[in-house]
Amino acid sequence: MSNDQQRSTFTLDGRRIPFTPGQTIMDAALAAGVYIPHLCHKPGYAPHGSCRVCVVRADGRELSACTAPAAADMSVESEVADIRALRVAVLQMLFAEGNHVCPACEASGNCTLQAVAYHCGMLTPRFPQRFPRRAVDASHPDVILDHNRCILCELCVRASRDHDGKRVFAVSGRGITSKLIVDAPSGRLGDTDFSAEDAAAHVCPVGAILPRDEAFRVPIGQRRFDLAPVSRVGDVALDPDAEVLAADAESEVLA
Amino acid sequence: MSGASGLAAEHGGAHADPARIERVLRGSLAALGRGPDTVLQHLIAQQQVFSHVPDAAIGRLVEELGVTRAQILAAVDFYAFLHLTPRGRFDILVSDNITDRMLGNAALMTQLCDALGVRAGEPRADGRVSLDYTSCTGMCDQGPAALVNGLALTRLDAARIREIAALVEADTPLAHWPKRFFAVSNNVHRSGLLLGDLETREAGLAALFARGGPAVLAEVERAGLRGRGGAGFTTALKWRFCREAPSENGHADKVIVCNADEGEPGTFKDRVLLSAYADLVFEGMTLAAGVVGAKTGFLYLRGEYRYLLDHLEAVLARRRAQGLLGTGIGAGEGPGGGFDFDIHIHLGAGAYICGEESALIESLEGKRGITRKRPPFPVTEGYLDRPTVVNNVETFLGAARIAEHGGYWFRSEGTDRSAGSKILSVSGDCARPGIYEVPFGTPVADVLADCGAEDTQSVQVSGAAGVTLTPDEFHRLLAFEDLPTAGSFMVFDHSRDLLDMVRNFAGFFAHESCGFCTPCRVGGRLVLDLVDKVAAGAAGRHDLDELRDIAQVMRRASHCGLGHTAANHVLNTLDKFPHIYRDRLRMSDYTPSFDLDAALAEARALAHRDDAEAHLAADA
Amino acid sequence: MNMRAEPPVGQKVRVATASLAGCFGCHMSVLDMDERILDLVERVDFDRTPLTDIKTLGPCDLGLIEGGVANAENVEVLREFRRQCKVLVAVGACAVTGGIPAMRNSVPLAEVLDEAFVHGMGLVNPGIPDDPELPLLLSQVHPIHEVVRVDYFLPGCPPSADAIWSLLTAVLEGGALHLTWAQLRYD
Ligand SMILES: Cc1cc2nc3c(=O)[nH]c(=O)nc-3n(C[C@H](O)[C@H](O)[C@H](O)COP(=O)(O)O)c2cc1C
Ligand code: SF4
Ligand code: SF4
Ligand code: SF4
Repeated sequence: MSNDQQRSTFTLDGRRIPFTPGQTIMDAALAAGVYIPHLCHKPGYAPHGSCRVCVVRADGRELSACTAPAAADMSVESEVADIRALRVAVLQMLFAEGNHVCPACEASGNCTLQAVAYHCGMLTPRFPQRFPRRAVDASHPDVILDHNRCILCELCVRASRDHDGKRVFAVSGRGITSKLIVDAPSGRLGDTDFSAEDAAAHVCPVGAILPRDEAFRVPIGQRRFDLAPVSRVGDVALDPDAEVLAADAESEVLA
Repeated sequence: MSGASGLAAEHGGAHADPARIERVLRGSLAALGRGPDTVLQHLIAQQQVFSHVPDAAIGRLVEELGVTRAQILAAVDFYAFLHLTPRGRFDILVSDNITDRMLGNAALMTQLCDALGVRAGEPRADGRVSLDYTSCTGMCDQGPAALVNGLALTRLDAARIREIAALVEADTPLAHWPKRFFAVSNNVHRSGLLLGDLETREAGLAALFARGGPAVLAEVERAGLRGRGGAGFTTALKWRFCREAPSENGHADKVIVCNADEGEPGTFKDRVLLSAYADLVFEGMTLAAGVVGAKTGFLYLRGEYRYLLDHLEAVLARRRAQGLLGTGIGAGEGPGGGFDFDIHIHLGAGAYICGEESALIESLEGKRGITRKRPPFPVTEGYLDRPTVVNNVETFLGAARIAEHGGYWFRSEGTDRSAGSKILSVSGDCARPGIYEVPFGTPVADVLADCGAEDTQSVQVSGAAGVTLTPDEFHRLLAFEDLPTAGSFMVFDHSRDLLDMVRNFAGFFAHESCGFCTPCRVGGRLVLDLVDKVAAGAAGRHDLDELRDIAQVMRRASHCGLGHTAANHVLNTLDKFPHIYRDRLRMSDYTPSFDLDAALAEARALAHRDDAEAHLAADA
Repeated sequence: MNMRAEPPVGQKVRVATASLAGCFGCHMSVLDMDERILDLVERVDFDRTPLTDIKTLGPCDLGLIEGGVANAENVEVLREFRRQCKVLVAVGACAVTGGIPAMRNSVPLAEVLDEAFVHGMGLVNPGIPDDPELPLLLSQVHPIHEVVRVDYFLPGCPPSADAIWSLLTAVLEGGALHLTWAQLRYD
């Protein structure tokens, strides 16, 4: 029996997606070149399941695609109206929770939060903006930590711990007062063993961890998600069709 | 274990000099060891003595345990009972469940603040005392309640508050406070299958020794026992999964955990079980250990029940002396005897989420109580990734009696899908609040009659996360197939404004959200703000639509049970008691998200203006 | 949502615009619609707008608001627009989110005023003004939907002329706003 025949499949919005045992719905979908919106997930990192943007309905149950194991013949709904609406609400919560001023943000165009919100067709942050007073930590020579943008995805926590063999970051507190902290008595990034070479320096999906020399190296308008939508370049395995990228994306009508 | 978790002789704001910090640390290291999983218990020990976790202690724990400073800070900041700056030498926390509010806790708080010249949340300048509110302390049948340096105070009233203020001013050590202040009654008003028999015969264990683990498991299966902590998972199945779960060193590293976090507002039956039936609970845990092959047991005791610690440690010590815990339990008494098992008590530190089994396990490992993703489930990867059974206190008690009397005995009560009895914690507007053990399948109305509730407007079944009932629903049955319940049963008569309940619950969930996932972390706060807006008379119809929508997002998209259920009370009351919202709405459908005129106050003051143009009307 | 702004047959659509705490960039973007503006002029009449200099506002089919709500006057203007306009649109990042002006929210108002009027550079006559003619600042800058109901949101800093065209089409036809990937931008 060939490998192909051994592989089971499930359906995602009607498309057959092959998977191997142990793969999550997200793993299998991305490997098959099908995008499911996500923020706290990154291939190669331990699944986390905190942002909830990847919520899907699998056989009637709503769960996070990045943590749910794929199962044979499961029927998964993702890009359907009510799930999209749910995702928009979750994104609106993230925008309302922090201080996201895209026109003034260095990450604009490279930011996954922004790109996912475009993908989901979010037009307004809707909820009362919390406008929290948060700090910008500029103590590190090579990297700026701007807490205003942090969405608590813990990718930096995982990167530092699992990929860099350090434990620079942690999330502290609880509920709406949760915040990212760094491991130094001063509480400042510059006093940790963090380095711009760390994986954690390049994993932040938003503009919270910003390597200094990268700022504005690529002008606005020519950045990653300016050129192609996240559904084409957001961790999805490239398929031959990917060539069309921007061309047909431009005319793609959003919600 | 008692060195760290036991009632320290010196407690409450001892001076944090390095020698003393070192002494406390040596004590807890000797008792608990240096595993990274012990960090929370070390922190609790420091907090108890110094009324905060001194910075020097954090530095030493980093050295001794190999954890990071950030991990420790993250934990201190997570647990409500841990602090980085000193609380008062007398740290008084007033229980703030809706039932405490109904009994007038706010007036008592004001009285105590006035008498002591202190504001809630801020320690007095001389460091003598601090006051604050805390989530339900599990004394709803004898509230208003509070904690002083972690010890439970009950039945507070104006006279008692006066006495407490005088004791604090006189700097009287807690040991010399009147014993009656700390008296906790069991208030068992109806006993059934489980509570009717107080005696400890260790007959369940005898059955295990004589007949072996599989036979006991079969009996628990026959009984149809389902978990009493809320979710109602079949206990025998859980035990079987754990028994069959592969573990690296054979059966040796499996773990039994008794969930005594009892954080659901309005629940207090586990407190009574641990007070009066502790042997049976430990017997049930030991049975489970024999069945699944576990060596290690934990009782995760909520910090609010610290006053039970000495009693529980004494029971454990006696059981060890009796050979019921330790090595070679039941050796020579039959095929099921001759195993090793012991039970350690771990304290919680003020976090409702730690009642959720995987968050509890994280907390046992010394971390913040953040719910894990599932799968894997604790039965295969639990405490330190070992196969772990987590059961509620009442579940273990039931298992012990089932092993003694057999599955059919248990099935003689209850319904097909809900075998046996349920122990209810009844509080609120009724003549006889307390513990009622009723057969599963009992109608709500029967319980109301039993406890002397009159003119009842609503019952909140299964706590803040449960369901809000109208009188039309009082015929419904307490059973997994109709009204599943972990036991909380709060009664509201017609004199109550149910919006007070909604505000209380919304505040509770916003405070208790662990913060891991977006819908609960942000949504919980949005719900609280909107409910407060309704209460302030500032909301429009649009806000009710938003409330409903956010509640649905939390229910559908949250990571764990807390977020899934946190807005139930909002959805229930919007549907069943719409007038509590509607009566307060503004005329206009859409109102500002903030108080416009108040938003000008700062500028008015800075510009020294109070003319008409310096104000904004609430309505356009 | 999705009120229809279309007037009775044969009449033009009456449009009013205002800039609250904004930079007029969004207004510029409207003018940027090239030849399409001619098409637009065929179909619309402008009421109060910085483009026409009409100061008082009459009943309108459509109100376009640029900028967030920063002071008491912004609140009054915004409320007047809501009263007079059948359809109200938040145009641009500042109206939609508070935008750049809302970055002052991270600083207490007292410090903001102190820097501007008391200890800032080059002040001739330092002191926080108390002239009743001057609108008082709100303690924070807010997006407009935190003060009045908003029917459409068009993000962008500024929204592109294409996006504005899509918006006007949606409004005039009373449908939901559909933006293409290229039109939806927050920056
Ligand atoms: C937010 C939350 C809080 C919980 N609190 C408790 C608790 O205090 N006690 C308890 O036994 N179970 C609690 N549970 C249920 C536990 O996760 C778990 O299902 C239970 O301990 C299993 O034991 P059982 O099968 O004996 O009921 C809670 C669940 C959630 C989601
Ligand atoms: S982090 Fe992303 S969403 Fe936030 S302001 Fe920057 S670009 Fe916008
Ligand atoms: S700093 Fe970035 S990577 Fe780290 S938690 Fe915040 S958003 Fe995630
Ligand atoms: S729902 Fe999310 S934020 Fe709430 S307690 Fe569970 S994991 Fe934490």
